[in-house]
Amino acid sequence: MTTLLDIENLRVTFPTRQGEFEAVRGVSFNLGQERLGIVGESGSGKSMTGRAILRLIRPPGRIEADRLELGGRDMMSMTEREMQSVRGEQISMVMQDPKFSLNPVMRVGEQIIEIYRFHTGASKRAAYAKAIEMLQAVSINDPERVMRAYPHEMSGGMGQRIMIAMMLVTEPKILIADEPTSALDVSVQTQVLSIIDRLVRQRGMGLIFISHDLNLVASFCDRVLIMYAGRIVETCAADKLHEAKHPYTRGLLNSLPRLDHPQDRLQALHRDPNWTLAPSVSGRV
Amino acid sequence: MTDNTTNLTWRQWLNSDAPTSRRHARIAAIYHGWQTFSSNTLAMVGLGILLLLFFVAALAPLLAPHDPLTQNLAGRLLPLWTDGHPLGTDSLGRDILSRLIYGSRITLYIVTLVALIAPIAGLLVGTIAGYTGGIVDAALMRITDIFLAFPRLVLALAFVAALGAGIENAVLAISLTAWPPYARIARAETLTIRRSDFISAVQLQGAGPLRIITRHIWPLCISSLIVRVTLDMAGVILAAAGLGFLGLGAQPPSPEWGAMISEGRKFILDYWWVAAMPGLAIFTVSLAFNLLGDGLRDVLDPKSGSS
Amino acid sequence: MSNLEIHDLNVWFGRDDDRVDAVKHASFSVPSGASFGLVGESGSGKSTILRALVGLVPTWSGDMKVADQSLTRKRPRAFFKDVQMVFQDPYASLHPRHTVDQVLGETLNLHGFDDINNRIEKLLEDVGLGPAFRFRYPHQLSGGQRQRVAIARALAPQPSVLLLDEPTSALDVSVQAEVLNLLSDLRQERALTYLMVSHNLAVVAHMCSNIAVMQAGKIVEVMGVDDMRAMTPTHPYTRHLLNSSQGYKPSQEQSA
Repeated sequence: MTTLLDIENLRVTFPTRQGEFEAVRGVSFNLGQERLGIVGESGSGKSMTGRAILRLIRPPGRIEADRLELGGRDMMSMTEREMQSVRGEQISMVMQDPKFSLNPVMRVGEQIIEIYRFHTGASKRAAYAKAIEMLQAVSINDPERVMRAYPHEMSGGMGQRIMIAMMLVTEPKILIADEPTSALDVSVQTQVLSIIDRLVRQRGMGLIFISHDLNLVASFCDRVLIMYAGRIVETCAADKLHEAKHPYTRGLLNSLPRLDHPQDRLQALHRDPNWTLAPSVSGRV
Repeated sequence: MTDNTTNLTWRQWLNSDAPTSRRHARIAAIYHGWQTFSSNTLAMVGLGILLLLFFVAALAPLLAPHDPLTQNLAGRLLPLWTDGHPLGTDSLGRDILSRLIYGSRITLYIVTLVALIAPIAGLLVGTIAGYTGGIVDAALMRITDIFLAFPRLVLALAFVAALGAGIENAVLAISLTAWPPYARIARAETLTIRRSDFISAVQLQGAGPLRIITRHIWPLCISSLIVRVTLDMAGVILAAAGLGFLGLGAQPPSPEWGAMISEGRKFILDYWWVAAMPGLAIFTVSLAFNLLGDGLRDVLDPKSGSS
Repeated sequence: MSNLEIHDLNVWFGRDDDRVDAVKHASFSVPSGASFGLVGESGSGKSTILRALVGLVPTWSGDMKVADQSLTRKRPRAFFKDVQMVFQDPYASLHPRHTVDQVLGETLNLHGFDDINNRIEKLLEDVGLGPAFRFRYPHQLSGGQRQRVAIARALAPQPSVLLLDEPTSALDVSVQAEVLNLLSDLRQERALTYLMVSHNLAVVAHMCSNIAVMQAGKIVEVMGVDDMRAMTPTHPYTRHLLNSSQGYKPSQEQSA
């Protein structure tokens, strides 16, 4: 399995009134043609990690890394122009709420065509055909109608599928999905996830799936990284998540209410200050 | 309790994340607001200019080198940097610098009155309309529309015709045409805030409309109104200047800045400073208000307060 | 001690052509001291039922009873001493410019309590927040802390019924456990009646003894928690919800 992404000691820092705040503190992992899940609660740095990979952190925030390589090419030294041809073309990102990621005043078709033409320079006709193809690939049955519609006319699940179509139209190698189904109803979630699953498999892509939902990640991904306070505290194969060893992961798993396991009281997580002090576990294979 | 506070430095007390009393919480919040504001250089420049305006107005008799009304027809239209008249003299030989200094009082008077009357009237109308809804809302908004439709100068003329010219009537005319936008802003904010969970929550405690409007809605509207007021001040000063220019506001020989521009209009080609100096003063104060408004918006912006 | 009874409740918004029926013919009852769950997806009408109970919806028909008394158009002050609500979004349910002290103080004031100072301290203690939190503004509190304040506010008038609208949906998993434990403890200590809305089946199963499943405004099934845990639903929609809650299974692709 080829290594698509190689990250060593990634750090994201923000200056604040109270000194420097490190949102991500030394995260290392590599990504092949697999589905990698990054799980954590709010403030764990998981979303920041996703953004840092695409160098989407705005100053005064800083990204530093010993290594940030895409297929062997160093990304840290790329100019902004070079990064623009990486974003959306080599690595795409799907975010949580399509309400906020789709342009509300442009028709859906125009947005997909714009992205495709920006990255490939194709003609309008070719772009239109490609857009229709992508909408069909995300199981939208009447793509022509959707092309002419505005985002607010779409339901949440539809909007997210449009986002996926838009982000995959340029056939990137890596997809970063940041809580892609958190804003969706549970039955729509399954639909969207199966579309992501199929497309990633068909195209041999790498997927980074960021979520707070442990069970979802365990059932959807191949490998999981658990983050806490900016560091990786544990990594394991997804199907072995329930045998995880780190007290934080165990604590998270045990604090979830479960349908098949009635409890009088839920086990609340006791945070050990040592967890923030321990060095980050490497997520490299 | 007192043991804890005496052991902390002032800065620790202000930055504490566990305030010990209502007063402590409020002061700490103001301190944080001040820190945000003071980190904005341009806003501080604006504040500085306005403080300067205030001091100049307060200490006018001490600062002005000459009496602003004394005419000296022998020394008419003296240029800048003339001995004893740094900014020259106008067409009647009056010292321009002294007139600017005394004129700052008038500017401050106008600005303060309008800044009090217009937003308060707008807040009342807007929040009541927005919260009550229905026919009260419709009626209040139509009244707002009527006032919004009046051109400022036409209204001022009407007032002058009815009540005589003068600065008070000019202020009244400006206020009457300035309040409608505030009513609209307040109403728009109220409509958004009204649907919030925290309003539902206090309704579920049995709170009546009066309490909700005054204690829950007003504190949230006031931020955007304050910002809007400072940004409008530039327009208010110019409106007063415009009325003065037309002879509808401050009457001669009053050293109101707009009236000074009007008097200097005739000489603008050869003696440009007579009109330009008061123009520069108006420009500076208007700019200062704009910068202040920008800085205040960063501090008071409801987005960070998330309503 | 109050029980709840809903009979043939209909809630709609708008009129004639624009009319949207949010709740249709809903009926269920909650005995005093019990905990009842309403589950469904967005648009199912579950939150609307709670809002109808507290009088936050303008147009409804049917019968709603609290403590065996039918509710009318308006809710009298005494109603709010008995029935209180905790809202979903801890970031929206507290006034951004009021300190915790002001929020609780105002509530106690409105209900005519005296000795406000001591009561505020006791309320904060009851929800597990120390005195250090008393004068903080909401933006100085975490999501879990805000939700505790919201619970304290709901408990201030000493109600016997708590309506919980997705109380932990916006919270992290570890914080959710703490808040759910707090709610369970409070219910036991004070013999409260809970009506809880959630889209999360595991949470509802943990907190409630009976559960109504809603779809598009209608209650499609009412089941006991044991049946839910045993995965023996009778209605296909319930089965669908139960399956979807098990995480992702690759065989479940459905097209639009």
